[in-house]
Amino acid sequence: MIEFISQPWHWSISGAMIALVMFLLIYSGERFGVSSSFRAICSAGGAGRIADYFNYNWKKHDWLLTFIVGAAIGGAIAVTLLASPDPVQISAATQADLEGLGIAVPKNTDQGMGFIPHDLFNFETLTTLKGLILMVLGGFLIGFGTRYAGGCTSGHAITGLSNLQIPSLIAVIGFFIGGLLMTFVLLPFILSL
Amino acid sequence: MRLFRFLLIGILFGVVMTKSEAVSWFRIQEMFRFQSFHMYGIIGVAVVAGVLIHFLIKRGQFKNISGEAIQFADKPKTYTASIIGGTLFGLGWAMTGACPGPLYTLVGQGNWIVLVVIGSALLGALTYGILRPKLPH
Repeated sequence: MIEFISQPWHWSISGAMIALVMFLLIYSGERFGVSSSFRAICSAGGAGRIADYFNYNWKKHDWLLTFIVGAAIGGAIAVTLLASPDPVQISAATQADLEGLGIAVPKNTDQGMGFIPHDLFNFETLTTLKGLILMVLGGFLIGFGTRYAGGCTSGHAITGLSNLQIPSLIAVIGFFIGGLLMTFVLLPFILSL
Repeated sequence: MRLFRFLLIGILFGVVMTKSEAVSWFRIQEMFRFQSFHMYGIIGVAVVAGVLIHFLIKRGQFKNISGEAIQFADKPKTYTASIIGGTLFGLGWAMTGACPGPLYTLVGQGNWIVLVVIGSALLGALTYGILRPKLPH
């Protein structure tokens, strides 16, 4: 059994499990939307003193703050007790594209699990222009963008789309405009720095 | 006890994010390059199952665990914010290869460098909160 669930999961199982997570949150009286945690953390840290946006009862998001702690613990469990025997197997086309950009794709678990590109994201590259842009500016855009749009992949792409919300459809179109622009136009330039 | 339930749901989410490989920077690149069905399959199945869940709940008027009728709030119709904010998030998603949920899961896996990304995301959210009155929504 453990061996069976230690294999990477098929997309259909994965998708169904995400829907299950959404259902469990709805059934528990809340909703599935992770980026609200950024607002809650800022608010808990006292950001209400500098911006009205953070003047709300962040304690009503105590469930979400607990949920993200769980999400971290789940990650720890998945890479230890349920660790896959092989790194992420991406398509040959992507592998070729990335290697063309100078990014090593892990071939075995000694080179990494294929979750983050280790030679690009580490504490040494953080002091390079490339690393600073990808990690610091990248993170900034995630926080700024998701709060501006009012949701991320969970709140808009999964919850919003499945509740047939037009603002969510527009946000998801935005996710792809930004993602494609980055992947095909900006990323090759950033990686060349 | 109430919070313990959310801890368990969070753990399930972290396991699902990892085993589905949705936390992978490489998978996100593959998705934006349209070179595999994997991520589209995950999101597609989740949305189709989600539509069914929302439909059944709305028709059946199910009660939640506290015995209250389940109701869904509409997303605010701030289309300008959706498209601009969405595009900015998309840029960040393709750079870091992670959306907010996976960021926490990646840290739990021991990728401490991702704490830097989370710190920057908090700074981004803070900046949005400050600029909010001046931004078009």
